[in-house]
Amino acid sequence: MHRRTLLTLKTLTWLACLTPLLWLLWGAFTNDLGPDPTHTITFATGRTTLRLIMLTLAITPLRRLWPKLSWLIKFRRLLGLFAFFYASLHMLTWVALYNGFSPASMAADIVKRRFVTAGMTAYLLLVPLAATSTNWAIRKMGGKRWNRLHKLIYVTAVCAIIHYWWGVKPGVLTPIGMTAILTLLFLARPALAWKQKRKARAVTV
Amino acid sequence: MLIGKPPDIPSSEFTPKRAYEAFINRRRFLRGAAATGAVALGADRIASVFDPHARVLADTTKLQTVSSPLTTTGEQLTSLEDITHYNNYYEFGVNKGDPAKNAHALPTLPWSVKIEGKVAKPLTFDIDSLLKLRPLEDRVYRHRCVEAWSLVVPWIGYSLSELIKECQPLSSAKFVQFLSYYNRGVEGAWAYQTDIAWPYSEGLRMDEAMNPLAMLTFGLYGQTLPNQDGAPVRVVLPWKYGFKSAKSIVKIRFVEKMPHTTWNDEAPNEYGFYSNVNPNVDHPRWSQKTERRIGLPFYEQRRTTLMFNGYGDQVAYLYKGMDLRKNF
Ligand code: HEM
Repeated sequence: MHRRTLLTLKTLTWLACLTPLLWLLWGAFTNDLGPDPTHTITFATGRTTLRLIMLTLAITPLRRLWPKLSWLIKFRRLLGLFAFFYASLHMLTWVALYNGFSPASMAADIVKRRFVTAGMTAYLLLVPLAATSTNWAIRKMGGKRWNRLHKLIYVTAVCAIIHYWWGVKPGVLTPIGMTAILTLLFLARPALAWKQKRKARAVTV
Repeated sequence: MLIGKPPDIPSSEFTPKRAYEAFINRRRFLRGAAATGAVALGADRIASVFDPHARVLADTTKLQTVSSPLTTTGEQLTSLEDITHYNNYYEFGVNKGDPAKNAHALPTLPWSVKIEGKVAKPLTFDIDSLLKLRPLEDRVYRHRCVEAWSLVVPWIGYSLSELIKECQPLSSAKFVQFLSYYNRGVEGAWAYQTDIAWPYSEGLRMDEAMNPLAMLTFGLYGQTLPNQDGAPVRVVLPWKYGFKSAKSIVKIRFVEKMPHTTWNDEAPNEYGFYSNVNPNVDHPRWSQKTERRIGLPFYEQRRTTLMFNGYGDQVAYLYKGMDLRKNF
């Protein structure tokens, strides 16, 4: 891929990833975050995090499916870090707007409420991934170990989906779309691996 | 909690003009500006072209009202805009903005309410006869949702007990059940974002229903109810979580046994039959100690929740001797 094209695509990706934040900031300044701004901020940051996690997870299967798209790998770190960024904002809304920075209130929330426990687990698992996202860390750790550590993103994704299901009212089915996408992403890996193996065999025979 | 605020922020008296100004001024000023311009031209219909929200009001009519000693004072009213665009009405979608978009499909005329069960007079009332049964009162009530947000609404109606007296319940009638409108052909796909078995069912113990605060409600902000707020008739029970206040009622049943109620069917450990506002009993997924007042900036929303939503003086006697942790 040309440097110019890559640069343009990167810029567009940055813009796309910043859009939800800019939208929230604009809403905060114009006092136009809807009737319940706390809810708007929490939901927008939560949903954006989840979407970015799914996009991050989609890159490998897409590359396997269409080798022409292998350049997508150049965007994975960016998407992953933005997921972490929005997850941090999402967490902060809980710290500030739900608990008024009260440690006692937060502790009670984490212990008592399983949906918060699941969300917290998802978030804490993202921290080491963000911390080891630099080239330096990859070199230092070695590709294999780094890869193994970063498999944690799957656990994060599952915890996040559980967090979503436990967060909505029983009987409400809105998390079903994201659950389907994650299931598909999980199935894609073994399916593609199997296909590749068959192809390899066909070539050797 | 830290940013809890006392709920009674003093505010000047409510007048329709002030409310209208708040509606126009506060937020979404572009849309508001378009509507103001159009109203200045004297054409509500033009306004509805520029401002889809004006359509909500276009379908309502003005109601004649009298004042009421049961009104709540010292609260700043939530804007009409927010009251009509932040709704839980799951038959018309699960997102807060869905009912405002979809509830126009609700056919509110003709409308009748059927009285059934253990009553001397199992009457059927059409909406006009209900509107004329008693003088319509202006009553401001706080409205606390189980999801920990709250509004202040200027409702219009009269005490539910007035209708109940007309029906002459038998002594065997221990509970009242409310059934909301449901028609698969009308609500359709919107109602299937959940696995709720419609129609929506709610209920009260007889003595709760007879409490004067329990209100049979026909309007808000001087007009008949917009569809998303439960047109054309609903109950409002300000000391209970909002979901107890059934909307768009078509049947009222007087029964001997505690009726099934929709959210209790869905999750008995989360939504009790009584569901009185109670800051000491948390919802499994969030604390009920505080609430978010709708329509304020995010840093001013949080405030403390009051026992019985601040209506303890009027209703606490109903629950004397009951363990409200068990009977939540
Ligand atoms: C990777 C981490 C996380 C993801 C992907 C995530 C995602 C989400 C999503 C999608 C929603 C629901 C929005 C909706 O219903 O449409 C949500 C709600 C919420 N999350 Fe998270 N979340 C994460 C971590 C956390 C953490 C760490 C906390 C707090 C400790 C938290 C607290 C909340 C709260 C308070 C709500 C609102 C629930 C409600 O009011 O119904 N989340 N989150």
